[in-house]
Amino acid sequence: MAEVEAKYRKKRLDRGIKARADTIFAIASYKEILYLVLPRALPVILLLALPLVLTGYWGKVLVYACVYGLLALSWDFLASCGLFSLGQAFFLGIGAYIAGTLSYYFHWPPVITLPIATIGGGVISAALLSPVVRLRGVYFAMVTLMLPMLFMKMIETTGIFGGTHGLSALKPLAKGWGGTYLVIGVFLVSLFIFRRIINEDYGLVLRAIRDDDRAVMSAAINIYWRKIQALFVAGAVGAFAGAFMTHHYQFVGMSVFALDYSILPVAAAALGGPGTFAGAALGSMILVPLSEALRALSGLRIAIYCVIMILSVIALPEGIFHYIERKYHQFERLVRVG
Amino acid sequence: MEGDTFLKIEKLSKHFGGVQAVWDVSFSLRKGEFLGVIGPNGSGKTTLVNLITGFVKPDSGKVIYQGKDITGKMPYTIAGLGISRTFQMVRLFYNLPAYKNLIIPLSSSRVKKLRGGEYGERDDVAVDLLDDMGFERDSFVPYKLAGSLPHGYLKRLDLARAMALRPDLLILDELFSGMAMSEVASTLPLIEKFHEEGLTIIMIEHRLKELFRVVDRVMVLNFGEKIAEGSPQEVMSAETVKKAYLGIEVEIG
Repeated sequence: MAEVEAKYRKKRLDRGIKARADTIFAIASYKEILYLVLPRALPVILLLALPLVLTGYWGKVLVYACVYGLLALSWDFLASCGLFSLGQAFFLGIGAYIAGTLSYYFHWPPVITLPIATIGGGVISAALLSPVVRLRGVYFAMVTLMLPMLFMKMIETTGIFGGTHGLSALKPLAKGWGGTYLVIGVFLVSLFIFRRIINEDYGLVLRAIRDDDRAVMSAAINIYWRKIQALFVAGAVGAFAGAFMTHHYQFVGMSVFALDYSILPVAAAALGGPGTFAGAALGSMILVPLSEALRALSGLRIAIYCVIMILSVIALPEGIFHYIERKYHQFERLVRVG
Repeated sequence: MEGDTFLKIEKLSKHFGGVQAVWDVSFSLRKGEFLGVIGPNGSGKTTLVNLITGFVKPDSGKVIYQGKDITGKMPYTIAGLGISRTFQMVRLFYNLPAYKNLIIPLSSSRVKKLRGGEYGERDDVAVDLLDDMGFERDSFVPYKLAGSLPHGYLKRLDLARAMALRPDLLILDELFSGMAMSEVASTLPLIEKFHEEGLTIIMIEHRLKELFRVVDRVMVLNFGEKIAEGSPQEVMSAETVKKAYLGIEVEIG
């Protein structure tokens, strides 16, 4: 008689708290409060504490990660209504140049240029892309990919806004922690607001447009107007990042339209898990420092970076955040069967 | 313009490449009327719905709704005027809970206006509507993901989505296709009730027995052309209709 081999299988159990609805929880103990609050509070506390710990070079990397984080959030917001952008550099560049021009020619301080660049960047992004909101998928992506290049070449050949030299000696942000905490603050606020509205009725309609725009149209909702609104929001967030960078470096040049700013946010969202915003934020917090750390390897940097990206997409196609979220809400134990 | 003409279709035509999907179709509808549209497969019924609701722009002809020319308007504009439709292939948001599907029409400005600012919880309104459609409120069915529901429920969810818009004209595009007999039997009274409450309905259907029980008038399409119109008895006794359905006349040369 053959020996019966003990078999085990993984048993997964939901750890969840009894929830009355998506947003209403029945909380019974401190443990449960912590269970809900910790995953939200911990990253916030960590991010707020980091500038105090990181100084010098890595402090700069943190700011850079937040700028990319804002672009990734902006990308994820557009993607939530089915607009796949490959031109995040366009949003960044518009904001950067609005702030740069106002600061260079009119000597306005950041307190004024930042809000103007944010709103103005949103309006210009929405206005310039509004003719193509009817395009879907790869066609919209193509147009957005071209726009930053178009602006870069225009500035290069006509020499407007300082041409290839850019505009320098611009007004700086507040000294000390001010600048760093400004970008961290806006990053966190955008993250939580986006996560909130995507689950409100407004966000529901956006997601529905991505799933089936004809069904949304037959529900008497002007999908093109909604998409333009989404473009404004995404454009404004990207433009803020650009305006911030302009004042942070006290310089704006054609490099703000570089392809890096378009591709890396998409990579960050893909790595972290699209559609959650937290994934996009997490992705950029991983990718940007990683890319800096690899600088030591000089030549092979991009190659190794690419390998890491490819491996992570193959290993975790759902994205890091989805994976962590799933594991956090589940027990897992081996159960003997047979 | 006649006072009681609710919807008037004038010489509507549409071709796709070499196929004449709808050819020179005219008809009109009074308020509160129930019109059935039948015809063999590929006779242009769904294209006619798409033309009226703005999903397809006509080559020629006019759609006059409540005295207003709505030809070639955007689908959301037409829906906003109160023409609501279901889809032959249901179009729903499968990764949302069933009741959340109704939030989309419920958050349109048309519904906002009709509810006159006074606004209950949209979620409650959605569950109420589903309850009317036979999704038992106290069961977990309204809260399940739409993607996990059986086909018959999806069809009724699509109907609920169309009704959530509080339409003045409801167009049903083969609502019963793919439904079980029992589901048809429970859905038909709902539609009769909507009609009794004064809703104007155009119903495209292959199940003639059920259709003839509820409609006032029937229009028959074949190869994009209107070949008959009248009461169910008149239409079914017309020679042209018999030929279209049974294909008796085949005389070549």
